Amino acid sequence: MQIYLPIAEMSVDVLLLLGLGGAVGFLSGMFGVGGGFLMTPLLIFVGVSPPIAVASEANHITASSVSGVLAHWLRKGVDFKMGLYLLIGGMAGSSAGVWLFGILAERGQIDLAISLLYVIFLGIVGILMAQESIRTILRRRRNAGPAKRIRQPRWIRSLPLKIRFHKSRLYISAFLPIGVGALVGVLAGLLGVGGGFILVPAMIYLIGMPSSVVIGTSLFQVIFVTANVTFLQSVQHQTVDVVLAFFLLAGGVIGAQYGARVGARLPAEQMRGLLALLVLAVAVKLLLDLVITPDDLYSLQVMGAAK
Amino acid sequence: MTKRRLAIPALALAALLGALLLDRADAWAQGLVADLSDHFVAITAGFTGTDVLLFGAVDEVGDIAVVVRGPERNVVVRRKDRFVGVWANSDELTFESVPTFYAIAANRPLGNLAPRPVLERNQIGLRNIRFNAIEADVTEVEKARFVDAFIRLQKKQRLYSDDLGSVTFMTGKLFRTRLVFPSNVPVGVYSVQVFLIRDGEVLSAQTSPLNIDRTGIGAEVYLFAHRHAAAYGALAILSALVAGWIGGQVFKRR
Repeated sequence: MQIYLPIAEMSVDVLLLLGLGGAVGFLSGMFGVGGGFLMTPLLIFVGVSPPIAVASEANHITASSVSGVLAHWLRKGVDFKMGLYLLIGGMAGSSAGVWLFGILAERGQIDLAISLLYVIFLGIVGILMAQESIRTILRRRRNAGPAKRIRQPRWIRSLPLKIRFHKSRLYISAFLPIGVGALVGVLAGLLGVGGGFILVPAMIYLIGMPSSVVIGTSLFQVIFVTANVTFLQSVQHQTVDVVLAFFLLAGGVIGAQYGARVGARLPAEQMRGLLALLVLAVAVKLLLDLVITPDDLYSLQVMGAAK
Repeated sequence: MTKRRLAIPALALAALLGALLLDRADAWAQGLVADLSDHFVAITAGFTGTDVLLFGAVDEVGDIAVVVRGPERNVVVRRKDRFVGVWANSDELTFESVPTFYAIAANRPLGNLAPRPVLERNQIGLRNIRFNAIEADVTEVEKARFVDAFIRLQKKQRLYSDDLGSVTFMTGKLFRTRLVFPSNVPVGVYSVQVFLIRDGEVLSAQTSPLNIDRTGIGAEVYLFAHRHAAAYGALAILSALVAGWIGGQVFKRR
């Protein structure tokens, strides 16, 4: 059954949207990541224009993060104070991201910027995760005991304006969460991701938060940041397609349930290894698209839509 | 539905034509009458493209060319170039007020219809559309490359087409053709021009308007998003919060 997406101005198969939502939802339920980094490239791949894919995916992530945060909230797995500081940076960063998006789109460089940023960030995160999970698996084989804790870089402890975060049992500089939030915010504005794949490792290794509050706090901040992106993209570019977001969510809610069940059965380090492979696969695919000579060197952009 | 519309019995067509001819008695002075089966194409939630039937009659034997032009916009064409191994947009050219949709249909190849200058003057045929680049400092060769690319890309999206031979004469004087609009057709006011050509000269031309617009819930959403952007954004967030909450409740772990 075809449905006409009113903002994207194209008709797509409903089953394709539900399938995409379901498949990405399955993976995100399995690995506990948002899945925006998979969904935005997939939407572009099926023919949704990048501006609409990015903006609508932000709206989709708001919804899926709400589903996720409730469970963590009940389990007291959200550090609201830390979330607030992340948000200060996140709001500023995502606003800057959307603004930058507009400029790049006007210059015709947004597709390139999206692909490059994806390649860089997915590449880095994928390689780091792969290294870590391989090391863990090897160590387990040798029975060498638990892994060494990864230390915070030393310069981080010398940052000024220290604040106590009771829930995370930390006494750190306010600039740390604000800075991390800002970086992830820029990516959310530009790439249509929640940024969990950057945020979660940054919270663990850079900020040093206990893992019990990491996922919940990250979801908490992602809700507000993607809501901000949704609002700004709506106002500035009119690119949020609620119909598209709705069908992705409908598929995603169901997919996530099955994904979570499968994920619960796999050992943690194997899960991380699989996720690393997935992240790297997306990065390599996007890199190849940038490097291989395209079928058509030319592209069109119709200016000034009808009013 | 499309098939049914195409299978309009000849009788019905004749009746339509009869009514048309009475209505447009003055048109006979020009030797040509034509009309569309629809003057309005509605893009609804289930829109997958549509066909519009064009039919007409000529008073004496001649050739027919039909040109459909969509709303005009400025269009930027960009060309990629390699930078440090990565393909990125570099040169660009902006065409001023080019039709976002263009379809040409005729009863035989354009070369046999009329000499090039006649076709050019009337912009009949993809190669005869006038392209004005906003940039003044572009060479003719370079401009031609961008024009070629533009036409190629539009054809790929099925927004430009040249379906020559698709105008059929049923008797010597009655003709018809099927205009195809794909699902990604731009909205706006279209013009459908019918040219009667004989001995390499355009004897007569007639233009009918065709309006393509969104209707129903899709139209409401689109207009709301553009006219009340802030309220739309707020509602999009609100619905995401509600939908996400419901989703979380429905599948809560038992």
